[in-house]
Amino acid sequence: MPFMPVKFNSQKRVKLAQGLWLIYWLSVIVGIFIFSLGIFFKIELRKRSEMMDNNESHLVPNLLILVGLLACGINAFGGKVCHDSLDPVKFAKWKPMLKPYLMMCCGFNGLLLLTGLLCFLMQFAVYLTLAEGLKNSIKFYKDTDTPGRCFMKRTLDMTQIEFRCCGNNNFRDWFEVQWISNRYLDMSNDLVKDRVLSNVEQKYLMDSVPFSCCNPGSPRPCIQHHLTNNSAHYDYDHRIEELNIWTRGCREALFSYFSSMMSSIGILVLGTIILESADMAGLKYLTTALETMEDPENPECESEGWLLEKGVKETFGDLLTKMKTLGKGNQVDEGGDAQEAAT
Amino acid sequence: MAVWRVKFTKTKRDKLAQVLWILNWFSVLTGAILFSLGIFLKVELNKQEEMMADRDIHYVPNMLIAVGLIACAINFLGGKICYDCVDTNKFLRWKLIMLPYIIFTFFFTFCVLVGALMCYTMRGELEESLNLGLTQAMKFYKDTDTPGRCFLKRTVDILQIEFQCCGNNGYKDWFQIQWISNRYLDMTHKDVADRLRSNVEGKYLMDGVPFSCCNIDSPRPCIQQQITNNSAHFNYEHQTEELNLRMKGCRQALLDYFTHIMQSIGLTVLIIWLFELSVLTGVRFLQTSLENVLKQGDPDSESDGWLLENSFMETARTNLNIIKSLGKSNQIDDGNNGDPNINVPSTSIANYGPDNVPPKEAPEAS
Repeated sequence: MPFMPVKFNSQKRVKLAQGLWLIYWLSVIVGIFIFSLGIFFKIELRKRSEMMDNNESHLVPNLLILVGLLACGINAFGGKVCHDSLDPVKFAKWKPMLKPYLMMCCGFNGLLLLTGLLCFLMQFAVYLTLAEGLKNSIKFYKDTDTPGRCFMKRTLDMTQIEFRCCGNNNFRDWFEVQWISNRYLDMSNDLVKDRVLSNVEQKYLMDSVPFSCCNPGSPRPCIQHHLTNNSAHYDYDHRIEELNIWTRGCREALFSYFSSMMSSIGILVLGTIILESADMAGLKYLTTALETMEDPENPECESEGWLLEKGVKETFGDLLTKMKTLGKGNQVDEGGDAQEAAT
Repeated sequence: MAVWRVKFTKTKRDKLAQVLWILNWFSVLTGAILFSLGIFLKVELNKQEEMMADRDIHYVPNMLIAVGLIACAINFLGGKICYDCVDTNKFLRWKLIMLPYIIFTFFFTFCVLVGALMCYTMRGELEESLNLGLTQAMKFYKDTDTPGRCFLKRTVDILQIEFQCCGNNGYKDWFQIQWISNRYLDMTHKDVADRLRSNVEGKYLMDGVPFSCCNIDSPRPCIQQQITNNSAHFNYEHQTEELNLRMKGCRQALLDYFTHIMQSIGLTVLIIWLFELSVLTGVRFLQTSLENVLKQGDPDSESDGWLLENSFMETARTNLNIIKSLGKSNQIDDGNNGDPNINVPSTSIANYGPDNVPPKEAPEAS
């Protein structure tokens, strides 16, 4: 008893072939789209790699690029088969390749599922990498004369301006770090000396933030220095002032940016699985409909198409026995051996 | 003496018609490109409209939009005509319209050329508009409590950050205006009162700039206050310090940005103009060759196609005479002082019928 049989006459077969050809080309476009999304994600990770200590994992974008290319190839092949399916001569060429092709499509669906899941699971890794990376970025902000770190200041300033954030968790992270290099501090000044000595690690700490934390939407000119000292500024209360500098931390800002990107890509990949399954089902119907034509010379005859030749349980049973015999193929047959030894 | 006479066989004519059909559809696409370029320019100008004083610069994108739409329509019609020209019968439908269509399109291509040239001439007006607009914007930077101007500070800050510029001509423009509102100045403080009094207009001026002027490429934390005072900062020389603040003025930055956009748009429109002109030439050849075929009577025969039937000078002269006679049709003939009753001898031979017809039998008079 075939699984989900459908009767096909000539017109239905032609329509199925044409519709399937269109869907395959749509799948090729989706494959190209996934490829370009992979490239876009890779570029974005590269752009922000300084914020992540150059430690970020490029597994997901590389997988996406691979999956995109594979999808293009597989679906283009499927489209060619559909295009040739209505011509019996050309179709005979493709017939022997169909079974391995469908197996490959199954495998590809599995790969798509894995990629989709990774898009969601790798977000945790991105979060942890960001936390560590930003901490180090803030620490090395002042080292504009150290080779390899000269542009950390520029990158961090640009990130804080672009993502409208300040510091790692919030702006107070800047109070714990010396972000002004010693070359711009007048060590002969008493105030500077006091501040440096008051600290265990001899760091010049202050309650100020860099200018990139400033919020342009604030009605008053930006207050960067002496942030916690209300009396240093006229009509200023640091506990209720919310518009002066950005209150969000950069880890949260960057993470929400990457997380939304990865989630949408993950959803698209999972949607592609559905599209690919529809492709496979359509191709199976078309090939079985063409194979079961009673009179191959008469294109007008009716035929039947199905998804599986036997029912689902029977097909699985067959598969399992096949796999068992594959495993047993190396084992010596004991009965035959004994007989040989006897003669 | 025809201008640029070319012989056309039937197959050549058909091929020309098909190629022109495809080219006309391509021209519809270029018309759509013109339209979208106009829209893009309009959107970009609108984005910065707060920085521009009221000047009539929107005529350039409006012209591009109008020209783009008309180009789409004309080329759509042209495509339809060329599609029908393969069949000589269908050509008869379009025969009368084709010449006026070609003349109209020829004058329309001048509009496209004018549109391209306007892109290059807009620069002067834009510069003036930006100068006035930026001066105004900086003057009202501190008025974040005045309705209608609350967001000017935010707009100027974002502009200076995005275009990497400071002030109108340079950062010193900020020294000449009060950009801190009085609500944030402690009037009881001695320094503040001194500074206000030292100024004729009672403005709080200082050698400081807003944070948005800071250059992110600077190796040291940004120095915004007391910029011209070298002793206020350690190891600082304001005459040689170039990386601390942005050196470029915002007027120059915006002008460069828009000039770059308009040069690209102008170049694209020029290329589109050349393309339209070549398609028009092809349509003219098609029209003349089909008309000649009709004159000869045999639709499969060879025919000549040309740009102009006579040389340039003769065509110009004929057209001028046509225009003159159109003008003269109302005027009275001046030859006999305007009196129509004077007998002017006729120089033509009067025609009273053939000579050798025998007279009819006269009926008997009773």
